[in-house]
Amino acid sequence: METIWFWIVAVMLTCYVVLDGFDIGAGIAHYFVGRTAKERETVISAISPVWDGNEVWLLATGGTLYFAFPALYAAGFSGFYLPLIIVLWLLILRATGIELRHQLDNSMWHSFWDFVFCLSSLLLAIFFGAALGNVVRGVPLNADGYFFEPLWTDFRTTGTTGILDWFTVLSGVVALVALTVHGANYLAVKTEGEMNARSRKLVGVGWYALVGLTILSLIAVANLRDGILSNYRNYPITWLVPVAVIGSLVAIKYFNVKGKDKAAFMGSSAYLAFMLVGAVVALFPNILPAIDPARSLTIYNSAAGAYGLGVGLIWWSIGIVIALGYFVFLFRTFRGKVKESLH
Amino acid sequence: MEALTLDRIQFAFTITYHYLFPQLTMGLAPLIVVFKTLAIWKKDERWNEAARFWAKIFGITFLFGVVTGIPMEFQFGTNWAAFSKYAGGVIGQTLAMEGTFAFFLESSFIGLFLFGEKRLGQKLHWLSAVLIFVGTWLSGWFIIATNAWMQHPVGYETVADKSVQLTSFWSLVLNEWAFYQYLHNMGGAFVTGSFAVAALGAFYLLSRKQVEFGKMFLKVGVSAACLGSIWMLFPSGDLQGRMIAKNQPVTLAAMEGLFHSEQGAGIVLIGQPDMEKQQLDNAITIPNALSFITYQRWDAHVKGLDAFPMDQHPDNVPLLYYSFHIMVGLGTIFIAVMFLAAFGLWRGWLFNANWMMWIIMLSFPLPFIANTAGWMTSELGRQPWLVYGLFRTEHGASPMVSSGNVLFTLLGFLGMYTVLSLLYIFLMLRRIEHGADELSATSLIGEPDLGDRESAAY
Repeated sequence: METIWFWIVAVMLTCYVVLDGFDIGAGIAHYFVGRTAKERETVISAISPVWDGNEVWLLATGGTLYFAFPALYAAGFSGFYLPLIIVLWLLILRATGIELRHQLDNSMWHSFWDFVFCLSSLLLAIFFGAALGNVVRGVPLNADGYFFEPLWTDFRTTGTTGILDWFTVLSGVVALVALTVHGANYLAVKTEGEMNARSRKLVGVGWYALVGLTILSLIAVANLRDGILSNYRNYPITWLVPVAVIGSLVAIKYFNVKGKDKAAFMGSSAYLAFMLVGAVVALFPNILPAIDPARSLTIYNSAAGAYGLGVGLIWWSIGIVIALGYFVFLFRTFRGKVKESLH
Repeated sequence: MEALTLDRIQFAFTITYHYLFPQLTMGLAPLIVVFKTLAIWKKDERWNEAARFWAKIFGITFLFGVVTGIPMEFQFGTNWAAFSKYAGGVIGQTLAMEGTFAFFLESSFIGLFLFGEKRLGQKLHWLSAVLIFVGTWLSGWFIIATNAWMQHPVGYETVADKSVQLTSFWSLVLNEWAFYQYLHNMGGAFVTGSFAVAALGAFYLLSRKQVEFGKMFLKVGVSAACLGSIWMLFPSGDLQGRMIAKNQPVTLAAMEGLFHSEQGAGIVLIGQPDMEKQQLDNAITIPNALSFITYQRWDAHVKGLDAFPMDQHPDNVPLLYYSFHIMVGLGTIFIAVMFLAAFGLWRGWLFNANWMMWIIMLSFPLPFIANTAGWMTSELGRQPWLVYGLFRTEHGASPMVSSGNVLFTLLGFLGMYTVLSLLYIFLMLRRIEHGADELSATSLIGEPDLGDRESAAY
């Protein structure tokens, strides 16, 4: 039962990263793809009907995590206190950037919210990447199952660690580049003419950085701590995940060159998904590894009671099927290129 | 200050601020459905205009509700880790259900509702308005069910590691407390929404900006506010009061300012609690009334604060007492004002009564205050417990988060929300100003075609 919920949370998180990832990516690519105020409005219109639904995956993932693994929710959220609250502020800024821009027909107002939207998206990407990096690296859990990390200490991955160290900063940069490519792919799908050409170009250039950073981060992970690859050693089938990562990278490039934007977007979605699955496979059955392995939070010692998890599976299955129905309807209604402003 | 105190201030501040927005959206949602229904039923495009106008206000308010709501879920983990570890096995259910059943619904259909009128056509657009209504009210249910469990824990067991775990899903979801609290709370949101609609109608009439729409808003707003205000007193307020008397008698005593147990206790209208002397100063009381409304007998015995050990008393009795009295006092004023307005509507003098327009217009902030005071009553009344009778507030905070870090984020929230307030007020004033122009533009043309206003051509 715990294992099922572990994978449910992982899948929901993946949905969040893939879906809201393109909103964040569009924000990072905002100025590159949208050169004029009019074009930037098109960028916003491309995500404006869907971003809120996408962000709900974060809330739903958080809620599910809370419900299924309360001890983990308590330890993780209080330990990552500062970065999480900063993420909250960034989410507020991003949402206002998207939704308030069109409220006034004034160029200064537009410029201001364009900047807010782009900057908050950029920082969100870095913070989310760094957060994942922290989970992979492990945190200094105490005997009661709590920890607290300052934002940074000496940028080393051992000793008194901070949220930011060389490894988590690297993870942040990987996320930044990956989401940029992903967002640019989305914008290529949704736009035409010059904006489409710029989006494709950004994917093409960003791809080289992404390949380099992916290789770098894989090497870094392998050398991060002992036993991090033990699941991969014990279950050779799991090597399919890194192979899939490489495959999706190839797909991004191939379809980008061919001008097949939708397929390239699927490629970057697959890349994000497999990168996450790769990290999750390495963690299992840990869900928050501790620097002292004996204190690690696993799916077994942090899960809620069996009855609650069982009954949750019933309503969750019903709820998620309905929710997927909404998403299909929503994306179908707003499918196709953004020809004009929505507002 | 201690970290615990700051954690409490931060939660109180962020939740109070947050709830200003959902109470308006939950209140407006059914009224927008009314507008949409009238438009289709009476084939009168003006009602569609009204729906579109309020949808824009709904949209901005919804956004502010979303962005200030996310910090609430996060804070359970960031600031209240010990509580989350203790109770997550139970209340995680309802919070996760809110995400799965309500948030997906709301967030998907808000886009369709705000931007999709042309693409969807009138019937589907009406349906999306209904689904927004259902979504926001469903969201309310899960939050109330969560809070109700903290007020009145049911369907749980305490396990070996001292945390609580769920034993009965239906007891949690259909908690008796949640039922009455929901009736009362949603009524409160409805009052906020209908007062807002009526107040804007009054403003348009007084300013001669948009007289025709002003009258439409007043008709719907006043009728709804009159029904809503009465509902808040009876039956929902009455039922809620009896729930508290039954399950939290010490809270009832503190709310009412009843320091000493009495045979035939009275209801205090005005008076200031003196905690040192354990008495009310300058009290004006209706004799025997409290006994009657609580137990339906004029001479019933009602327990005062002195009947309970000190460590069970709510830790801020005066604030609790005032919150409750402000709520009830405002609720009484709402009934008086809206009953009179509804009478005027029926007799046909309402639109000419300038003095009444002023009163209706100026009273729009009052339901926000009353709802806030009501929630303060509920939450201060639960103290000193986080989970009533089981888990004390002082044990709930995150053990490793220092006061300096909480102060940092509290100040950050204060700053961030100040900016949000300015933006919201600015945008609302503009919308009211602009909305009037848009509305008049339409009525001059005479027959606008469907969805013209929303030139969302793809």
